[in-house]
Amino acid sequence: MIPIVELYAAGLAIYVIGALGGFAAHLARKNGNRLTFTLTAAAVAGSVLEAIAAAACLFSNTVPSWSAAGALPGLSFSVRLDPLSGFFLLALSVLAGPVFVYTIGYRRHGAYGEKPALWSGFSHLLMAALTLVFTASNLLFFLICWELAVGASYFLISAGHQEEETRRGGLLFMLMSRAGAGMIYLGLLLLALFAGSTDFADFRSVGAKLPPPFSGLAFLLLFGGFGVKAGIIPFHIWLPAAHPVAPSNISALLSGIVIKTGIYGIARVCFDFYGELPPWAGILTLTAGVASAVLGVLYALMEHDLKRLLAFHSIENIGIILMGFGAALLFRSYGHPSLAAVAVTAGLYHTLNHVIFKGLLFLAAGAVVSSAHTRNMEEMGGLVKRLPLTALCFLIGAAAISGLPPLNGFVSEWLTYQALLAGFGATSEITRVGFPLAGALLALTAALAAACFVKAFGITFLALPRSEAARRAKPPSASMNAGMILLAGGCALAGLGAHVLLRLFDGITNAWFGVQVSSGLVSTSAFALNAPAPRTGAASPLAIGISLAILGLTPYLVWRIRRRQELVRVGPTWDCGLPGLTAAHEMTATAFSKSIRMIFSVIFRPRREIQAQYDVSPYFPKAIHFESEIQPALSERLYEPLREFVFRMSLRLRQIQAGSLHAYLGYIFLTLILLLLFGVRA
Amino acid sequence: MIGMVLAATAQALLLLGLSPLLTGVIRTLKARLQTRRGPSPWQPYRDLYKLFRKGMVQPDTASALFGLAPFVLFSATVLAGLLVPTIAAAAPCSAIGGAFTFVSLLALGRFFLALGALDTGSSFGGLGSSREMTISALTEPALMLAIFTVALSAGSTDLSHMAQAAIGQSWRFLAPSQMLAFAALFIVLIAETGRIPVDNPATHLELTMIHEAMILEYSGPWLALIEWSAWLKQLVLITLLANIFFPFTLVSVPGIPAVISATLWYVMKVAVLALAIVLVESTNAKMRLFRVPELLSVALVLGALALVSTFLFGAFRA
Repeated sequence: MIPIVELYAAGLAIYVIGALGGFAAHLARKNGNRLTFTLTAAAVAGSVLEAIAAAACLFSNTVPSWSAAGALPGLSFSVRLDPLSGFFLLALSVLAGPVFVYTIGYRRHGAYGEKPALWSGFSHLLMAALTLVFTASNLLFFLICWELAVGASYFLISAGHQEEETRRGGLLFMLMSRAGAGMIYLGLLLLALFAGSTDFADFRSVGAKLPPPFSGLAFLLLFGGFGVKAGIIPFHIWLPAAHPVAPSNISALLSGIVIKTGIYGIARVCFDFYGELPPWAGILTLTAGVASAVLGVLYALMEHDLKRLLAFHSIENIGIILMGFGAALLFRSYGHPSLAAVAVTAGLYHTLNHVIFKGLLFLAAGAVVSSAHTRNMEEMGGLVKRLPLTALCFLIGAAAISGLPPLNGFVSEWLTYQALLAGFGATSEITRVGFPLAGALLALTAALAAACFVKAFGITFLALPRSEAARRAKPPSASMNAGMILLAGGCALAGLGAHVLLRLFDGITNAWFGVQVSSGLVSTSAFALNAPAPRTGAASPLAIGISLAILGLTPYLVWRIRRRQELVRVGPTWDCGLPGLTAAHEMTATAFSKSIRMIFSVIFRPRREIQAQYDVSPYFPKAIHFESEIQPALSERLYEPLREFVFRMSLRLRQIQAGSLHAYLGYIFLTLILLLLFGVRA
Repeated sequence: MIGMVLAATAQALLLLGLSPLLTGVIRTLKARLQTRRGPSPWQPYRDLYKLFRKGMVQPDTASALFGLAPFVLFSATVLAGLLVPTIAAAAPCSAIGGAFTFVSLLALGRFFLALGALDTGSSFGGLGSSREMTISALTEPALMLAIFTVALSAGSTDLSHMAQAAIGQSWRFLAPSQMLAFAALFIVLIAETGRIPVDNPATHLELTMIHEAMILEYSGPWLALIEWSAWLKQLVLITLLANIFFPFTLVSVPGIPAVISATLWYVMKVAVLALAIVLVESTNAKMRLFRVPELLSVALVLGALALVSTFLFGAFRA
């Protein structure tokens, strides 16, 4: 019998001790190599322990919990490892282990390397806070840990705070977190008011106890608050500002698991706290998911900053996860619990997959950025020959995120398509056409994501180097490679072993819908996944992988055996008779995405300015100045007016600060009168 | 298991053997329609034979990915072909994938071909990749809506089940949702196989190339594999169209005379669709790249109409 609570507590203890140790070392100005290595290795050990505890919790039938009373009324330090918490804890640990292995090599690079003990301390604090956020079962304790996680994230994002861009990213992150946290507080307090307690165990199906206006209001507040954290459109503006500027191992954690706290919150609210929701909630979730997915990938295509591109893709994948959740909510409203279980599984499986492949992509991007000393794709190139292992890992991550078989992205997108397809027959109302339309837009998203990653991989790694730094790029250290390889293996495993991994979700769907989802989805004979009944249709990633290997290796071996070496030569690429190809002749990232920019110009509203200088003939310009810009729609239309409004209101309110002592005495007197009248009860 | 492997091998050999002939027939028919003599329909076989025996020049800017791309493209396209029913009503590998797997496998091949094109470091490859990925992004929603429509009517995403659901109901094609889905898929076929009006398979002018631009630097056996994969993709998509919408010639009960007649019917259906493609190619001019989204939005609207008519006429199985 695996001691779940003991392992969990041991992992948590390691994180807390590591945090304290890191801060103490920083204050004592000890940044030695051995010390930071110990701290990072301790984090790896902690994540391994947590992973074992989480996996054991998912496969056991018990719900271990632990609590200790707190000082404030309503606060108790209680922790409950129910299946949903166990799943997110598993996702956290599966990402954190390889990230900290990578950090062993990365801890001397960039902003992280300037104060490694301090940032190690904050990383441990973030890990502890996230572990507690996913497992806390007391309202106030949850909020405390949430704020701890936000604080630790802020400090980690601002590690490179000498740069203006980094400061701005951290500030925007903090501001949006405040707004989101405010909505979460209000929503959870509303629920606590009607549940009569602050224990999450008592919140089960509390949504039914709320009277109609408050029920919808609490749902909207919580959806919005957790949505800000997850990065749903229109609350996404902090994501592309904050994730690129953080050190790359932290970006992997941020995009990988910190935004999943928002998804955890949404899942808890939608399926645990609310046993029943009217159809508009499902439609809202589905629409938010579709909008985030499509807009996220469209903006990602326009980026040539490698890490900003990946940040926008996080928005896209959050959208896909929400599509699964929205479909599940609608199925539940229309009375199809087994289909709802399939849709929730699709969303949660995509969550796990996104954790793995986004973490992998950010780690690989970090290796590239620290080798080439730039985040701009237009200055990279040719890195596949200089950083071959990094390129391979990035390729696996890119293929996974594009949904190509037999990797994990394909499996979760297949599940999402099947769930959406089943939606058409789930109800006879007009809303049923939303399901296939969502499916079509999901197909558009997946294809655009593939285009974006062809661009990202191709421009960054392939062909000739576009700058001196790219030409002199050195491969990353062995531990950085090891971290990336672990996650790449995870991508392959989650794809090829999907028929085994689906059993992870049985506990969750059993608790929420009373069905064991893997018995319906996994075929007992072939290693295949079945479409949800009554539809038929199967997919077997393992068999696909084996078949592709056989069908690809056979011609390769035939060619290798029968080729004549003297007939294979290396020659220069066709250059139309010009004197040799240089990097200037290659494709650029901006040019690659031009077709999409033109086709979707309604969304982008691109602006282009070309100025050419010539002295003799316009066909032989001396210099050309090219400027191209897209207008970010939401930032302009929504946030700028909001900011203007807030500033105007603040200027009006400043008049209270009259500067006169008499006015201030008057305010104190007025407050005292009001308190005596309304605050003091007889 | 053994039976599945044998059936898969037989179908793979049939598809690989027939696809150069299909390409040759299309070229010859197109030439005849344009009052030229045209090449012989057997020319693609001779081209493949020649290319497999030739030497190869690899560009110096390329990496291992350049050599990986032809093999990934070939294996993905062959596996996609094994998912589609051709002679028998049950495709050999339908237990490992259905409609969504089919689309994803073609996307896998395209992904690696586009990367191989970018690997060469020339602008031609980059332009070809960019255009190919853009066009495929625009065809995906229409393709998915059409597949959804057919899957809803058939109650399955398994391509064999889609075909079997319609066997014995040859009038089923006249249902509005099926006709609209067929029209949408036909436009997607034109776009995916790179025929006029979307792409010209015979051009080598950089402003007009899409597929040809991506394979410009390939030579010898690798070029043979890529060309064969493109021809195979064309045959597989035509087979999909023919057998999902007109499956009444597929064999359900094994027997030598049934198999022979089913093979002859299959060749005839492919020939009819090939003639339709030739007519479309000969009566249209190649579109400017930025007009192609308009054509594909026609396909999208047709797919959406097919879906809505499924809803309106209640012709689906839950």
